[in-house]
Amino acid sequence: MRLQKRLSISTQIALALPAIIVLFYYLQPLVDYMTYELFTLKADSHWGQVINFFFYDSIKIIILVFLISSLMGLVNTYFPVERLRNYLTTKKLYGLQYLFASLFGAVTPFCSCSSIPLFIGFVQGGIPLGVTFAYLITSPLVNEVAVAMFLGFFGWKTTLIYATSGIFLGVIGGFLLGKLKLDRYLADWVQQIQRNANPANVADFESENLSFTERLPAIIADGWGIVRKVLPYIILGIGIGALMHGFVPENFFSEYLSEDKWYAIPLAVIMAVPLYASASGIVPIIQVFVAKGVPLGTAIAFMMAVIGLSLPEATLLKKVMQWKLIGIFFATITLFIILLGYLFNWIL
Amino acid sequence: MDIKVLGTGCAKCKSLEEITRKAVEEKGIDANVEKVEDLIQIMTYGVMTTPALVIDGKVAVKGRVPSVEEIKDLL
Repeated sequence: MRLQKRLSISTQIALALPAIIVLFYYLQPLVDYMTYELFTLKADSHWGQVINFFFYDSIKIIILVFLISSLMGLVNTYFPVERLRNYLTTKKLYGLQYLFASLFGAVTPFCSCSSIPLFIGFVQGGIPLGVTFAYLITSPLVNEVAVAMFLGFFGWKTTLIYATSGIFLGVIGGFLLGKLKLDRYLADWVQQIQRNANPANVADFESENLSFTERLPAIIADGWGIVRKVLPYIILGIGIGALMHGFVPENFFSEYLSEDKWYAIPLAVIMAVPLYASASGIVPIIQVFVAKGVPLGTAIAFMMAVIGLSLPEATLLKKVMQWKLIGIFFATITLFIILLGYLFNWIL
Repeated sequence: MDIKVLGTGCAKCKSLEEITRKAVEEKGIDANVEKVEDLIQIMTYGVMTTPALVIDGKVAVKGRVPSVEEIKDLL
């Protein structure tokens, strides 16, 4: 009975995956046919553009979010965070620990409610605060939804730049915050844990012994769960983006957010910090901003701030840090994102 | 049987609690399901990813939401 069930799931996946890829490949002609033939809208009309953009982008992004979430879920079952912690506590890494923590943050699916237990888990194992920060910076910044959105809207080059700078930001930010010796600004009970920290406390890590076919259904279900969770925001964001795409004239925004305005980046970044829940809705709108003349660097900086810095996260961190440390943490990342924005506008 | 659902209150933690209660009910066993939201308490179980399911003091699942069937098997 169990074997039968497992086989049927594998068969389902074997059938569904090529179908998804074929759909992805022929999506544009398919959506073109739908808008221009079935709905009989004209390709150069406003509504033709809006409807075409909306359906094409929604379907594309849903497919990408699903595939990338599943892929990251797969990586994550084989490299659970406990494994990273053991690695960081037992090996001498000569500075590379910042890179490992940051890279790991990039591939783990981020859930802000998991960041606190994780933070404490690291402290328990005696991992330095700076390394923990490296993880904490990159983890929300480079996540499955953001990567899928960037791939879908900006192409693989911009996605690569975004992901690399997110990881780089974690490494540099973590290193710098580590050098500042901020441990005294942790919450008292966390400092208590820190004093008792010992790699031996956490060494007894046992991985779940499940086979690939046993893991896969849960991974697929999780990937689909992520799609369902962000779907309303994506639809809303793409809807607004589609309307703007169809009705806002070219170069409309460049007058206000162009490169020669020095304050454009800091302004964009600071405006972005309170925008959080809408992260998955923001990217499709920003894509239209870029299409209508906003420089890509300014746009990337804005999105990094939306995705990486959030007020709900700050209030969660309050459980383990004093406000002063949260302030320093956020100020450092904000500053780095602004600098990155200038750098991108300069080189891109 | 003593069952604890560890989680700080995110959506996944809530769904784990629901699924666990459902599994207990369907199996018809006598168990006390308790939600643990206090961080310091959660940390004493040594989990780093929430939600987690603790059965009789032993961490059975962490960092994911299993199916009702899987929890039934674990109980």
